[in-house]
Amino acid sequence: MFWPLLLGAALLGAWHVSVLWSGSKIFPSPLDVRRGLAELARRGVLWGYIGDSLRRVLVGFSVAVVLGVPSGLALGWYPAAAQVVNPVIQMVRPISPIAWIPIAIVWFGVGERSAVFLIFVAALFPILVASMNGVRNVPSIFRRAGRNFGLSPLRLLATVVFPASLPQIIIGLRIALGIAWLVVVAAEMIAVDSGLGYLVIDARNSGKRYDLVVAAMLMIGLIGLCLDIGFRKLEAVKAVRWGFRNEG
Amino acid sequence: MQAGMEKRTVEAKLRAKGVGMSFKRDGKVTPVLENIDLDVGEGEFLCLLGPSGCGKSTLLNIVAGFLEPTSGTVTIDGEPVQGPDPRRIFVFQERGVFPWLTVEGNVGFGLFRLTRAEREQRVAHYIKLVGLRGFEKAYPQELSGGMKQRLEVARALAVNPDVLYLDEPFGALDSITRLIMRGELLRIWEAERKTIVFVTHDIEEAVQLADRVVVMSTRPARIQTIVEIDIPHPRDISSPRYLELRDGIFEEIGLAHKI
Repeated sequence: MFWPLLLGAALLGAWHVSVLWSGSKIFPSPLDVRRGLAELARRGVLWGYIGDSLRRVLVGFSVAVVLGVPSGLALGWYPAAAQVVNPVIQMVRPISPIAWIPIAIVWFGVGERSAVFLIFVAALFPILVASMNGVRNVPSIFRRAGRNFGLSPLRLLATVVFPASLPQIIIGLRIALGIAWLVVVAAEMIAVDSGLGYLVIDARNSGKRYDLVVAAMLMIGLIGLCLDIGFRKLEAVKAVRWGFRNEG
Repeated sequence: MQAGMEKRTVEAKLRAKGVGMSFKRDGKVTPVLENIDLDVGEGEFLCLLGPSGCGKSTLLNIVAGFLEPTSGTVTIDGEPVQGPDPRRIFVFQERGVFPWLTVEGNVGFGLFRLTRAEREQRVAHYIKLVGLRGFEKAYPQELSGGMKQRLEVARALAVNPDVLYLDEPFGALDSITRLIMRGELLRIWEAERKTIVFVTHDIEEAVQLADRVVVMSTRPARIQTIVEIDIPHPRDISSPRYLELRDGIFEEIGLAHKI
């Protein structure tokens, strides 16, 4: 914990000094950004914006989990179905969620639901693919052991295949959450009038408030870090930890 | 040395008749097993012994119902084997334990039909039998290789099967642990009297454990000879009879290499 903090302090210092030396009138120093954050907090928008962004991510991500995990499990379980569906998945997957913006607006209008839809699209594919591959990669020895004990296919899926693929699914969820957070900013830049992504664009458009732009960027980064740390805590749960160590 | 099969045919628990197996790969047919006739008696400890890759594991997988033979039949108590069955449990190397379940969870895994109280009682009994008391809440990753192997045996025994199939179960253990585990397995076998079919490529292991050792030839595997180990347990592994039987099998295997 010491060295990362030291590096952070050094970067802040370098930032401050370089703003001073260059004499820039536009680019804010760390102190300006701190003042900007304080102003946002005073105006009462900071927490509201954070809350709005988090809510959109949470809703879009949750829908992606609810749809993505079961369909991924099913596709992994029925390789024949996966063979049919996989080319479609692999074709739609590389389309950037940003490219969906016009379609989202047509389907959901300008606003909240479009933003949530973009997050959903972004999060769905990593979850779907991780769940599918998770099931495929379950060692046959586990399936055979399960079958040997006379489990019905449904019970085998629930008590062997799902827990055996859970570590891989969790990795997929973590990646998906990171991407969802990445996309919320882009989504808010076009579709809504609140949130941290909106703040970035709004602060620039209404008076070139670059202190607020950078403040919003910093908050986005910090929250992204917290989400990732939170998710990594899941990997320490003993029932899945085996999948994250070399020694199984 | 004798092919002491005929006298057991009456009370055979498991019977393989004319079992053959060939794998197709790239349009080429590779025969792996040829015309295996084998009877295993109720409560017998039988070792399938042969060089690596000879097909003895394939035979075990057929007998256990995981593979279908290309020819021949396998029956248990007169019923043809149609697939894996909880009355016959296959024990893999210790990799077969479920890493997402605790020791308790693993041992109780096959007991989902029992009531909670029965299950707990059964789990406690088998954890004790294999000497894992005190580790009930531990996860496999916290156990040594030998402990994981005991855990897998306990999970198998807990569902009270008639037959245990063991596929080189101690192959991944160090030689000291392996010796201890053989003793443990014999102790458990004497307590529970399951029919055991045990695959190994280790001649010493086979002669230390088995009632009969089935020596298999190189691929395509046939039964080369069946050696009755007529030494009572606990076996003195430096007794003349032990050495005689062991060296006899060494000779057999040596011959098997001269094609």
